[in-house]
Amino acid sequence: MCAECGKVQPASAVQDYFAVFGLPRKLAIDTAGLERSFYKLSRKLHPDVYARASAEEQQWSLEQTSLLNDAYRTLKNPVARTEYLLKLEGKPVASEEQAAQDGKPKDSRAPVDMLEEVFELNMQLEEMRMNRKMGEDDPALRGDLEKARQQFEGQLTALDEELKTQWQQWDAAVDAGATDGAEQVKDKMFALLDRRRYIRNLVRDVNDALGA
Amino acid sequence: MVQQEERIVGIDLGTTNSLVAYMQDEQPVVIPGEDGSPLVPSVVAIPAARQPVVGNPARKFLIESPERVVYSAKRLMGRGVEDVQEELKLFPFRMASDLAPGEVIRLQIGEEQFTPPEISALVLRQLKRNAERYFGAPVTKAVITVPAYFNDAQRQATKDAGRMAGLEVLRLVNEPTAAALAYGLDRNKEGIVAVYDLGGGTFDISILKLHEGIFEVIATNGDTHLGGDDIDNLLIAIALDDIQGETGMELRQNGAAIQAIRKAVIEAKIALSSQETARISVDLPNMEPYRREITREQFNQLIQPILARTVEPCLTAIKDAGIQPEQIDEVVLVGGSTRIPAVWQLTSDVFQLAARGKKPHRELNPDEVVALGAAVQANILEGGSKATQDMLLLDVTPLSLGIEALGGVVAKIIQRNSTIPASATEHFTTGVDGQTNVAIHVLQGERELAKDCRSLARFDLKGIPPMAAGLPRIEVKFLIDANGILQVKAREQRSGQEAQIEVKPTYGLTDEQVESMILESFDHAEEDFRERQLIEARNEAENLIAHVEKAPTHAAWKQLTDEERRQIIMLADDLRVLNQSDDRHAIRAATEALDKATGRFAELMMDAAVSDALRGQTMESAGERLGEGPSAPHPFAPAEINEK
Repeated sequence: MCAECGKVQPASAVQDYFAVFGLPRKLAIDTAGLERSFYKLSRKLHPDVYARASAEEQQWSLEQTSLLNDAYRTLKNPVARTEYLLKLEGKPVASEEQAAQDGKPKDSRAPVDMLEEVFELNMQLEEMRMNRKMGEDDPALRGDLEKARQQFEGQLTALDEELKTQWQQWDAAVDAGATDGAEQVKDKMFALLDRRRYIRNLVRDVNDALGA
Repeated sequence: MVQQEERIVGIDLGTTNSLVAYMQDEQPVVIPGEDGSPLVPSVVAIPAARQPVVGNPARKFLIESPERVVYSAKRLMGRGVEDVQEELKLFPFRMASDLAPGEVIRLQIGEEQFTPPEISALVLRQLKRNAERYFGAPVTKAVITVPAYFNDAQRQATKDAGRMAGLEVLRLVNEPTAAALAYGLDRNKEGIVAVYDLGGGTFDISILKLHEGIFEVIATNGDTHLGGDDIDNLLIAIALDDIQGETGMELRQNGAAIQAIRKAVIEAKIALSSQETARISVDLPNMEPYRREITREQFNQLIQPILARTVEPCLTAIKDAGIQPEQIDEVVLVGGSTRIPAVWQLTSDVFQLAARGKKPHRELNPDEVVALGAAVQANILEGGSKATQDMLLLDVTPLSLGIEALGGVVAKIIQRNSTIPASATEHFTTGVDGQTNVAIHVLQGERELAKDCRSLARFDLKGIPPMAAGLPRIEVKFLIDANGILQVKAREQRSGQEAQIEVKPTYGLTDEQVESMILESFDHAEEDFRERQLIEARNEAENLIAHVEKAPTHAAWKQLTDEERRQIIMLADDLRVLNQSDDRHAIRAATEALDKATGRFAELMMDAAVSDALRGQTMESAGERLGEGPSAPHPFAPAEINEK
């Protein structure tokens, strides 16, 4: 926005999602405050406000608002926000949402400590699928899979907690201007997100096999 | 002189009925048609060698010449012939015989062919005329509503129809969202609201968060092929079977008989919303009567499978919104089909309303609420009024946008339920040395494979500078605008060249085609309008003169002074002369002068005998009785002077 004329200005090519909201690149975000800013900025930028403006201003408003919406959507989601920060910081991870939607979980490799578990799970999933195809139900197998799902969901919760701890470390490093420590935090977050994505795909596979 | 900004109207272009509304002071109101009805049936008759007929007058052609009548054209918008095979069986009109799969549908009416947007344009033009008649001024800007679950092609087709009708479509608004605007207007609502919209041909469910005038849609879902039409078609099919079983008559090829049955089952369906039983009553072609009682219970059982199809979209929307059903504070029912009591029960169950001591909202007329909301949005675009100044609508895209990747898999680039405008930037490169073109296939839908999604368009990126394979870096920006319509821009980053994009919409008309279909009268819109204005001014003048001529027969005439009488006679003479001219401004001015001069005469007449029985009648009808004796508030037609 141009402060003087109050009109929309062209979106700057370098503006990142944090800058859209005037935020530093920190990860612990007050989402209620983020929502308030989103509404406030929407009232200023939305194409509805420029319905009678020039074609040029309308195009600016459109670009600004889409940037605002894209930024809000990314930052309000903790995982997407972390993924985005890592991308900005030169450590891009594959998007979890993307992976879940595209149905290509097979690309990612199992974390070493989970290899055995996953091997067994895959056998069970295969058996479950076969059963379903034949119209049979094996309650014991179903119970095992449900237990596995519960266990994975527990792991996801734990991962999220761990991620939040890393956020604080990251934010502290940003505040202190400490780039060395930050590098380590990024690596940790990268690994956490990688693992999180993998487990989420497992949960999805189990759900599919259970027909839930 | 400051020119008053042109009004923006709100239009609900429905499957069964269409309406036009606008914001009068702080309240949205529906503009009636010439027959006084707020609803214009979305029915278009194309009689041989005559101008198209729209709305109620078109309906009578359904029995006379059903093959020349198009209804429910909305179901065909933005679709290919392969999508609509099922419904075509029940439509009386025919497709053009030379249609190729993937081509925009063309209907064959006599010797002429019409695309669905052209039919819709005729309906829109009628609404535009109704509004112009009402305002006494041209109307060229509109907000039009579409089902929330409409895809890009269906939205584009609606926008095209507006353009053909001579309307600049400033915004396409989703129907359930428009309904929420109408509902949220007079109350300062906060919280989570679900809008369940079951119309004639489409079903939508939208979940919104209302906060300080912001209407933020958080999830939407639906079915663009589900509505009252399906109930009608089911009942028709049952009646046809029944008739065949009882009389051996096979009427499936008999267009007129099907239309008669259609009318009868619709009447029965409507009756069952307020009665426990109804009778389907129709005279068959051999003049034998067909009568069949149907109870509400039977009806509910029959339509249960149709209504059940609305449940899954509701549950998906709730899940996508990331909430539990009990977090939804209010449920609003919209669309004519929500008059069916079984729908109240179903929504109460799905949203767990009864358990929480709540009921779905049905306060606003379900036929009008979408148009009223469109008027509210039109007012917001006009810059707002006291009623709408803090209101802002944030809507979402109903379907994920994706591009076809290797192996026919779809890579999603904008997820469904993203707030619009929304954008995504993707990078492409070449696979062969010196390649200068890259083809991109854009799709909409949730399935994993391209063949299961809706093909939107194929983009051909041209003019890529010849380089080694994999070297060009083409950045393509996909942007879904506030209407839910896709825009695409591409740039080759190494050379900085703007790549050209050739868009081939899969189910759409090209710009040139739309241009050629703009209703011819639009070329003459301004002249047409002036002509109509002149005719109206002359009619008013003649009316007034006729009344003045009768005045001396009235007792009140004698109560006027000589001067007053002389003035009236002189002004009436002036008006008679002017009425021969083409100057509508002069005619209107003279009409107004004469109307003023007769003001005291009118008062005297009123004093002489105010008949209670006539109070509340329109001035016009009261004026007609002038010769019959003393009567009315003001005997003369009002002169409306609202030029420029």
